[in-house]
Amino acid sequence: MSILGIIASSKFGDVGDFESIATVSLSSSAATVEFTSILGTYKHLQLRYIARNATAAYFVRLQFNSNTTASNYSYHILNGTGAAVTVGAGANEGYNYAPRQSTATSTFGVGVVDILDYADTNKNTTIRGLGGYDNNGSGDLDFLSGAFYQTAAITSIQISVAGGSYQQYSHFALYGIRSA
Amino acid sequence: MPITYEPIATTTLGSAAADVTFSSISGSYTDLVLIIDTAMSSSGATVYIRVNSDSGSNYSTTTLYGNGTSALSVRLSNNTNGMMVGPYDGFSTERLNAICHFMNYSNTTTYKTMMNRFNQSDKSTDASVSLWRSTSAITTIFVRNNSSQTFASGSTFTLYGIKAA
Repeated sequence: MSILGIIASSKFGDVGDFESIATVSLSSSAATVEFTSILGTYKHLQLRYIARNATAAYFVRLQFNSNTTASNYSYHILNGTGAAVTVGAGANEGYNYAPRQSTATSTFGVGVVDILDYADTNKNTTIRGLGGYDNNGSGDLDFLSGAFYQTAAITSIQISVAGGSYQQYSHFALYGIRSA
Repeated sequence: MPITYEPIATTTLGSAAADVTFSSISGSYTDLVLIIDTAMSSSGATVYIRVNSDSGSNYSTTTLYGNGTSALSVRLSNNTNGMMVGPYDGFSTERLNAICHFMNYSNTTTYKTMMNRFNQSDKSTDASVSLWRSTSAITTIFVRNNSSQTFASGSTFTLYGIKAA
């Protein structure tokens, strides 16, 4: 077995290859969501979500291990707005970024984010994400990559947002992918 | 340990076909993933997905496309063709593949969003996010194209379900 879901695919389905770790479904709005006590027994993590924010189509923010040191994070983005292609990058912001949310009622942004080799203590951790939203006349498609400049294994993920909050029915599911 | 990422159904075309349907999809998963590997009878078609036999103008797509020379982003609104997977501008010998994620497909409170990657060998690559403006659970997936062309014999269409804790 190999492979992560958003770029390629091989055979999943063997018991335990791709395991659900934890899921958060919001019954009311929340500014933060957190996954804690993540075991190091997997090779990679995958975060899959739908998310809506009533204030603005903010990116989903990811912090690891409650590490708030700004210089430990950087990202790059390739974006399609439906009319133009944009690119961007950032560093020293204290977060990694994941595909953005929607603001429209009933329409949710989506994202699939792979956190690669998250338990390896010999190298920094990198992530990649694909997602965005379409709202029949507006939308954004986001490719994102990010780095976390720490070699510590990731044991917790804090999901936050620049403003507003994650609305009811936003849903975050964390999976672990095993290696042979 | 329960199976989390589970194959639901696979269709391998024994002869060329204009469309492929997955029906009676259970609502017991959180997300669906459809993996397509195919070629088409000629260029000029665009691959779309309709769900639940809805042929109304309830679909829209925002896409990002690159062909090695240029990149562009396009939007399709109020589209009756379905959620766009990708344009096929290759030839019948060139393969295309796609991985389509139907996120939270079975809830009955939100509109449904599909996100996908689409590649044509030696031609282009793109990614799209599409909306189906309905709160119904998705129970049928209909893969089609807009030019009455056919998916080649040997094409595979595999549907997986992903469960959450």
